[in-house]
Amino acid sequence: MDNPDDYILRVSNLSVTIQDQIILDNINFEVKKGTTLAIMGPNGAGKTVLFRALLNLVPYSGKIEWRDKIKTGYVPQNLSAGDIPISVKEFLSFKDASNIENSLSAVGLDSKNILDKRLGVLSGGQLRRVLIAWAIIDKPDVLLFDEPTTGVDLDSEESIYMMLRDLSKKYGITVIIISHDVHIVTEYSDYMLALNKCMNFFGESKELKNPSLQTIIYGEPVCRHEPSPTVD
Amino acid sequence: MNQAQRLIDLMLETLIFSLIVGISVGVAAGYLGSLMVLEKMALVGDALSHVALPGLALGILYGFNPFFGAFAFLFASAVLIWQLGRITKLSFETLVGAVFTLSLAIGILIIPEPELLEALFGDITTVSLMDTIIAIVVSIVAILLTRTIYKGIVLGMISEELAISKGVKVARMNPLYLLLVSMTVAIGIKITGTLLVGFLVVTPAAAAKTISSNLSRYSMLSSIFGGVSAFSGVLLSSYLNLHPGPLVVLAGIVIFFTAVLIRWTKPSSF
Repeated sequence: MDNPDDYILRVSNLSVTIQDQIILDNINFEVKKGTTLAIMGPNGAGKTVLFRALLNLVPYSGKIEWRDKIKTGYVPQNLSAGDIPISVKEFLSFKDASNIENSLSAVGLDSKNILDKRLGVLSGGQLRRVLIAWAIIDKPDVLLFDEPTTGVDLDSEESIYMMLRDLSKKYGITVIIISHDVHIVTEYSDYMLALNKCMNFFGESKELKNPSLQTIIYGEPVCRHEPSPTVD
Repeated sequence: MNQAQRLIDLMLETLIFSLIVGISVGVAAGYLGSLMVLEKMALVGDALSHVALPGLALGILYGFNPFFGAFAFLFASAVLIWQLGRITKLSFETLVGAVFTLSLAIGILIIPEPELLEALFGDITTVSLMDTIIAIVVSIVAILLTRTIYKGIVLGMISEELAISKGVKVARMNPLYLLLVSMTVAIGIKITGTLLVGFLVVTPAAAAKTISSNLSRYSMLSSIFGGVSAFSGVLLSSYLNLHPGPLVVLAGIVIFFTAVLIRWTKPSSF
């Protein structure tokens, strides 16, 4: 039997409308502590808006209930650090200057080599790791990660997901990621939520191996106000 | 003899006042300008400065300190531009361009002709003790307040979502920043004139950015370059008996090209 304390987040009847356009319609899901939830869906499905709603950055209707005293760390999809003369050390110290070296080593970066580098000259993989270091620097309970491997080469992609899994296990961090990659979702997440403005599926990620489910995820929106479809 | 001595003392006093005003405004404009250049609003900073002309004219016409008129117009224009931007969704640059030309036209129409050159290119012979005190106070206030919002604005530039999720009130910071730029530009007008004061907001920061790899070095160099440009320009103006504005610009341009040369010879250092 489920213990209510196991859940770190419960979302019910969540809808978001921006400039008269329905972006999210009646979304329901929950996230267990220490698990990884992957959010999937085609472009324009409302994945990033869902993140913004979870972070209270956009107005919404319905309920988003985080467990009490939950600290969230957020890693955005894009940064515009290009020509801003800011070092990695300065960037991280915006959040917490006391824990920079620990958080860099937790994401596999050597402080000596990277602290004085300009943020804008880092490779895609290094930048992603620095962003994760930013997110975990104040020891969050939940990590929200928008497209973890944007701008990252294929070799680094897998290592970033492995690192996320290790962080989740080591520190008991709950991870919520947005991803397009079916292989990554089945391999590195426990649960998945398929969005296409409405909720097409919510369940265990291993079910994604079933081809008929993939059709549901990437097919037309299935806007039903009832539990997710079951797959044979 | 006494009269000649008194004249020399007066000139020296005015020069000292002008140098203090120059350094104050140069350092403040350099510091605030470092954000303006990062926001890619360098031309906005330049154009915004011209908006002060009608306020300056009113001060001259009605005999009150032109700083207050200039500041009132700058701030009102900044707020107007901000609001128009929110309503029309037109770009900031477009609106500043429109308001700038309108202000310049009104200013040139109403300002008395003998004072026009002074208003456009600055004049150090009329800097008073009151101007000096205002410049020092305004510069210190502008720098200290900007310091409190500097990191938040930079974080907002890097990622607005990161800034908001960290509790930074990005929407509130920009109007405050514009107010501070307006104050700094208003005091700078005395030294460089309305046409050239924007230079102090833009070029020292551009020079500093060319040879900086981190934020603290960038903002510090930008302030120093602003102060040195204004100091050199005012000193040359006194020596050559020319308008200070163009000389401040020339001094700053020398710094800018020196920075470019340093970057060119040692590109890997930055």
